[in-house]
Amino acid sequence: MVDIFLNEKYIGEVDNGDTFINKIKEERRKSILPNELNYYYEEKYNSIYLNTSKGRARRPLIIVKNGASLFKKEHIDAIDKGLLKWKDLLKEGIIEYVDAAEEENCYIALDENNLNKDHTHIEISPVAILGLCTSLVPYSNYGGSSRLIRGTKILKQSLGLYSSNFLLRMDTDVNILHYPQIPLTKTFMHDIFNYDKHPSGQNVVIAIMSYEGYNMSDAIIVNKGSVDRGFGRSTFFKPFSSEEKRYQGGLMDEFTIPDKEVKGYRAEKDYKFLEDDGVIYEGAKIKADDVLVGKVSPPRFLGEFEEFSIAANVKRESSVALKHGEKGVVDSVLLTENEEGNRLVQVRLREQRIPEVGDKFASRHGQKGVISYIVKTEDMPFTVSGIVPDILFSPFGIPSRMTISHLIEIIAGKVSALSGEFVDGTAFDVTPESDLKENLLKMGFKDDGTELMYNGITGKVYPARIYIGNIYYLKLKHMVANKLHARASGKIQLLTRQPIEGRLQGGGLRIGEMEKDCFVAHGAAMVLKERFDSDKTVIYVCEECGMWAVYDNYKDKESCPKCGSKVKISSIEVSYAFKLLIDELKALCVYPKIILGGKF
Amino acid sequence: MLPDHLLKEAKELVKRYKMNIKQEKEFMKRLEDVYIGSKIDPGEAIGVITAESFGEPSTQMVLDTFHFAGVAEMSVTTGLSRLIEVLDARKTPSTPRMDLYLKPKYSKNVETVKKIAENIKETKMQDILKEITINIAKLQIEAEFDKRTMKDYGLKEKDLLDILKHSLKNVNMKETKEGFNCKSKEEITLSEIYRLKEKIKRIKISGLKGITRVLPVKNDEDEYIIYCAGSNLKDALQLEEIDHERTTSNNIYEISEVLGIEAARNAIIVEIQKVLDGQGLSIDIRHIMLLADIMTRNGEIKGVTRTGIAGEKESVLARAAFETPIKHILNASLIGEVDELNSVIENVILNQPIPLGTGLPQLIMRNLTEDKDEFN
Ligand SMILES: [Zn+2]
Repeated sequence: MVDIFLNEKYIGEVDNGDTFINKIKEERRKSILPNELNYYYEEKYNSIYLNTSKGRARRPLIIVKNGASLFKKEHIDAIDKGLLKWKDLLKEGIIEYVDAAEEENCYIALDENNLNKDHTHIEISPVAILGLCTSLVPYSNYGGSSRLIRGTKILKQSLGLYSSNFLLRMDTDVNILHYPQIPLTKTFMHDIFNYDKHPSGQNVVIAIMSYEGYNMSDAIIVNKGSVDRGFGRSTFFKPFSSEEKRYQGGLMDEFTIPDKEVKGYRAEKDYKFLEDDGVIYEGAKIKADDVLVGKVSPPRFLGEFEEFSIAANVKRESSVALKHGEKGVVDSVLLTENEEGNRLVQVRLREQRIPEVGDKFASRHGQKGVISYIVKTEDMPFTVSGIVPDILFSPFGIPSRMTISHLIEIIAGKVSALSGEFVDGTAFDVTPESDLKENLLKMGFKDDGTELMYNGITGKVYPARIYIGNIYYLKLKHMVANKLHARASGKIQLLTRQPIEGRLQGGGLRIGEMEKDCFVAHGAAMVLKERFDSDKTVIYVCEECGMWAVYDNYKDKESCPKCGSKVKISSIEVSYAFKLLIDELKALCVYPKIILGGKF
Repeated sequence: MLPDHLLKEAKELVKRYKMNIKQEKEFMKRLEDVYIGSKIDPGEAIGVITAESFGEPSTQMVLDTFHFAGVAEMSVTTGLSRLIEVLDARKTPSTPRMDLYLKPKYSKNVETVKKIAENIKETKMQDILKEITINIAKLQIEAEFDKRTMKDYGLKEKDLLDILKHSLKNVNMKETKEGFNCKSKEEITLSEIYRLKEKIKRIKISGLKGITRVLPVKNDEDEYIIYCAGSNLKDALQLEEIDHERTTSNNIYEISEVLGIEAARNAIIVEIQKVLDGQGLSIDIRHIMLLADIMTRNGEIKGVTRTGIAGEKESVLARAAFETPIKHILNASLIGEVDELNSVIENVILNQPIPLGTGLPQLIMRNLTEDKDEFN
């Protein structure tokens, strides 16, 4: 007896699970049962789970009967003539959708060569097991799956031409690569989804070698000449917007250069780029604190008595300005109206990003790294034919990660660049490595991809042959210009007197729980104390009642609000956060009495 | 300087190697140096170092379960999840397991071992039923006994029905030719009758409670060990055939109850090391010992949790900084607790030097103004 569950609910039982399943399968393929129905036969627990619920990932497979695929040549012909559609294949029971649970009961052949009598399904194409981004990685069946996943994630972070009308758009935090190229080593997916219309990387000459110890770990060395010629150059766009809001009582905001009387007026030089209408002009080169849109707002809360006070009736400053560390050129200014009919100003800031030390680059195989050094062209190594590589990649990145696809793409790119033809690197259907080697030999290069190279500094030949070729490199969106941050002293929080958070505000770098543990484990008590000194205060304590006392600077006298000035009052140096804690405990009606005493 | 047992051992060595006085002096000096050198320095933050020594390797741990070849349901949690289980001192492990060693006269013969294993295993109703189905029309459960298995276990139909009647309430039992029919006295729905069916399947008939699976395995010394899924140390140790000196469980609470707190301390050490060995990692044994000592020092097992050892800290501020601050502070104020600021976290909160490492030694200086005359 086999229990049957429909959408996790027990509905009954049948005598024979296999015949039941077969019947379900037949009727689904004949479209008597809905094709969304999937089953899962758990023989160990003698139960069958039928599922029609939402939220299951399902994928199409070709049905196999008696060791032969149901999808025949006549179907292909019919599709070519336009007589047969995907819907028809589904209806005729040639293709069916299978969910993750049903896959457990299937035996799926990868391709027709491996087909045998036991198979129940066959993949539409072996690449169909990969997703869109994953199929963009060439020679991906030559690498490990973990690296492939990493490569896929990296592809999503790469800069390129995300949209061809980017100049008309106001998207947030956009990066455009200046000279994007089509990869020399393509896959079928590049052709299918018009990769040439929006590419996201550049073909570079790469040499796998170390250089003066600068490319240790995952760091890469970049040729200054390549950078000057536009390698990895991108533009960063950032939009700002401001609207003239309407308030109660007919009051509204106003775009203007604020008067000096306005509450919260900035320095005069901050408004210098504004035109008469209070909006910045296109092409202005601006940096931190410069105002983009000058705006004044009506006073915020008008109390009954303040209505007649002059001081409270002053307008507020509410301009849009650049924050700490931001700079760039005003790319475009847009004056328009929003849905409520309010006047709206949008300003787009443009900043050119030239590759610098710390910018992150990656190949398509999960091999990511940051630039550690930009070398002058004359100091770069060069080959016999005078080729100077754009990137030097550390050889130590290869053995532990075993990204063979990375190595093969270098040869494939070399063949492509020399022959002038694209190389196909579609997974499971690649141009074989042996063909690449043959081609290299034919064109007068060593078939293992290595070449003799000269040291750019000394001019001597390197004793080892260097593996050199062409590869597609991606610039990733993580750039130092967005992340670089340091601080000595600066703004503090009003409540705790500790440094504020955040890079854009010029905040501090936090010594957290685990960093604290590190100092403790080293026994570095004084370092620990010094690190937490950012909010230290001297405070007076009444030794009689154990509460905070007061120091009168004018009379140079301490006194306790409760016990008067005749008691003993001492000063202690503690963190302001502790003083705050004690005050908050008092608000909880807890009496935190401080008992002072000598340490000995 | 040296502890007694070390001194005794050293003297024996002096005698055995027939050292002369000069040699003996040199030997004792070097021994003392090594002894002092291997002691932990005053002010070393052993607690934090232990915590970091556990924390770092645990980031590399792989979450995986260990399966016995061929037996699908017998698996053991290992890795990080097991480590957390031990450190949190969970009452029952997610995969309880017992390794039964047998006395030499029983442990060599396969057949005897198999028989012992069979008796230990908890037999449930579903094991001796050929079929159990729901008759939807009559809303009753119809079961058929597997006569052959019943014979193997030496069970009689009458005994089984007695057990059934004893453990089920509100049902009518009817003996049939093959087995029995079971119908509820009240009106019940389809899903309730399904639950009743599952309940019947799980009724215990014989064996040790909780032992769901047994697996006799031959070890390197040609001796059979019975691995059990499920743990019941108390009952297992009372069996005649069992070697009670070597038999263990991975349930630390059970060990503590049956064998005492010292055994539990050792069990914690062994269990942690098992996890580490399985992952190919290593932590110095002294860290593990420190942890096991702290966890068992009160005579009962305390986990490294808010309710366990972290809740036992002396300082109010330290406890409040860890979890549920308002509860700790209000309770402290009710009984007028005094925080002496003797530990690390309190001093970090107050931004004072911590009494550890370089913050531990203090300098006492004589006040020169008071003793002026002496110096002049
Ligand atoms: Zn006072």
